[in-house]
Amino acid sequence: MTEKLFARPKSLTDVSTHYCPGCHHGIIHRLIAEVIDELDVQDKTIGVAPVGCSVLCYDYFNFDMIEAAHGRAPATATGVKRVHPDAVVFSYQGDGDLAAIGTAEIVHAAARGEKITTVFVNNAIYGMTGGQMAPTTLVNQVTTTSPYGRNPNFTGMPIKMSEMLATLDGAKYIARVAVNNPVNMIKAKKAIKQAFEIQLNGLGFALVEVLSICPTNWGMSPLEAVEWMEKNMVPYYPLGVFKVPEEVAK
Amino acid sequence: MAEKVLMKGNEAIGEAAIVAGCRHYFGYPITPQTELTEYMSRRMPKVDGVFLQAESEVAAINMVYGAAGAGARVMTSSSSPGISLKQEGISYIAGAELPCVIVNMMRGGPGLGSIQPAQGDYFQATKGGGHGDYHNIVLAPNSVQELVDITVLSFDLADQYRNPVMILGDGALGQMMEPAEFHSSNTGLVKKPWAAAGMRGRGKPNIINSLYLQPEALEQHNIHLQRKYALIKENEIRYEEIKTEDAELVLVAYGITSRIARSAMERARAEGMKVGMFRPISLWPFPEQQLAKSAENASALLTLELSAGQMIEDVRLSVGNIKPVHFYGRTGGMMPSPQEIYQEIVNIMNGKGGK
Ligand SMILES: Cc1ncc(C[n+]2csc(CCOP(=O)(O)OP(=O)(O)O)c2C)c(N)n1
Ligand code: SF4
Repeated sequence: MTEKLFARPKSLTDVSTHYCPGCHHGIIHRLIAEVIDELDVQDKTIGVAPVGCSVLCYDYFNFDMIEAAHGRAPATATGVKRVHPDAVVFSYQGDGDLAAIGTAEIVHAAARGEKITTVFVNNAIYGMTGGQMAPTTLVNQVTTTSPYGRNPNFTGMPIKMSEMLATLDGAKYIARVAVNNPVNMIKAKKAIKQAFEIQLNGLGFALVEVLSICPTNWGMSPLEAVEWMEKNMVPYYPLGVFKVPEEVAK
Repeated sequence: MAEKVLMKGNEAIGEAAIVAGCRHYFGYPITPQTELTEYMSRRMPKVDGVFLQAESEVAAINMVYGAAGAGARVMTSSSSPGISLKQEGISYIAGAELPCVIVNMMRGGPGLGSIQPAQGDYFQATKGGGHGDYHNIVLAPNSVQELVDITVLSFDLADQYRNPVMILGDGALGQMMEPAEFHSSNTGLVKKPWAAAGMRGRGKPNIINSLYLQPEALEQHNIHLQRKYALIKENEIRYEEIKTEDAELVLVAYGITSRIARSAMERARAEGMKVGMFRPISLWPFPEQQLAKSAENASALLTLELSAGQMIEDVRLSVGNIKPVHFYGRTGGMMPSPQEIYQEIVNIMNGKGGK
């Protein structure tokens, strides 16, 4: 038999990534690439990269890409989509990018019902700049700018972006997933696929938040990091689909 | 033949953009350019174009970045405080070498300033404005007709050089009504094989980017940009000279100020004073050599601006220290009267010097 059961998706380039060992960015890239292949839209996909550890994702995705300014990916993606309404346009963003500096851009892209898809990687920290507090950093979590642990008296509570965005009419599909085990990976891929299908059907804005790990800046081994995520992040950021159009839910 | 129509400056820019083939406009309301945003909201749907009122100028310019990266002829417009917010995006657009047109109908500053006409954003517009070594092509019209012609030209230049072009006007130009006729773009819509429009059979991804992590690579990119800017300096200088051949005093003014300066100049001429005027139309590239030549036989220059003195630095760099460069400016939305400028001319001609 010559049938290949496990091959690199067409939508990924054949290079090794710069991500740290155990980092989930690579897995999430792969799931997106598989979905783009399965939907057979590689040739009309335009991705928008963020500023963050995944800034170089344009080197890993094998389709047209635009590298946006920090937090502005939803605005940039809006510009692209309005020029090519037939294209598949998505933004890939971290939690500093999407939930801090780019809050206005993501909220208004969702509010307009912009027909784009956003993959939001929540690792509760600023990875690229070396582990500073993010809006999603958990209470008491130690980072380089919350060295005594995040104190909600001064910094408020971590933002639940999915729950917040789900309140907007323009947002048609909002889900939170994780890629910490094979079962969750299958669910994550299904959610990402649905989020792209929402766009292909012209229904409106769709976002998938993926809980992710940053072993390097959390100061843990990849295994410890996964455990920490399950024990601390999942209870505060519950997994599930927050919003889905009836016709897709069935 | 195109016929003349009476139009407000701001609206004329909008119509000229449409004539130039622009079908994507992203903006945010701010006085004194809001008529342009409103005009686009009326006109774009009629020509199958896209009008989008963004949540901020930051978002608007990043939408422009996306649309330009995707291959469109695209425009945004604002006034001073909004242009400050756009600087991040403009730097990215310059770095990624994307064509777009940005309109700044300047108002008084700094800060929230006023909504009256001013020219206080000259430094910001011509010296870069955002971070990094880059230049916008900056064009400064002084009539509604020129707003129209320069808007169309701006789209052509943006595409030709893959560079942002800024139209630097002011509140007065935006509000004034004058007849204008429209002529279509010279180059028309050009092919953009570099755009991120989806591969669509191309086989190889296009990437729009301004990140070069290796210092060697970023330096090469900067050298490439500087070569492009040198080419623009060589080819895209624009200016107007009026009665400079025999002038003892050369007035230097751009935009709305040049119209007031001209009235004062005509009056001085009528009274036998040898006064001429040099009007830079491209503020970047600045017509350095042309100004130096124009003022060769003059014994002094008088720079006139609606600012505390910004263009005067380029005027001084152009003519050197060999002759006095006087300055007269009003700020905060105050407009000098022709009488005021005439008085400055008289003072200088009488050897009493200007300010
Ligand atoms: C305007 C601006 N401010 C700050 C930075 C520095 N910066 C780069 S990445 C980053 C945070 C990225 O964190 P996140 O979005 O959570 O992504 P991660 O690296 O964790 O994947 C910051 C603050 C920048 N590049 N631009
Ligand atoms: S710093 Fe964190 S988010 Fe960035 S690549 Fe390493 S593990 Fe991943």
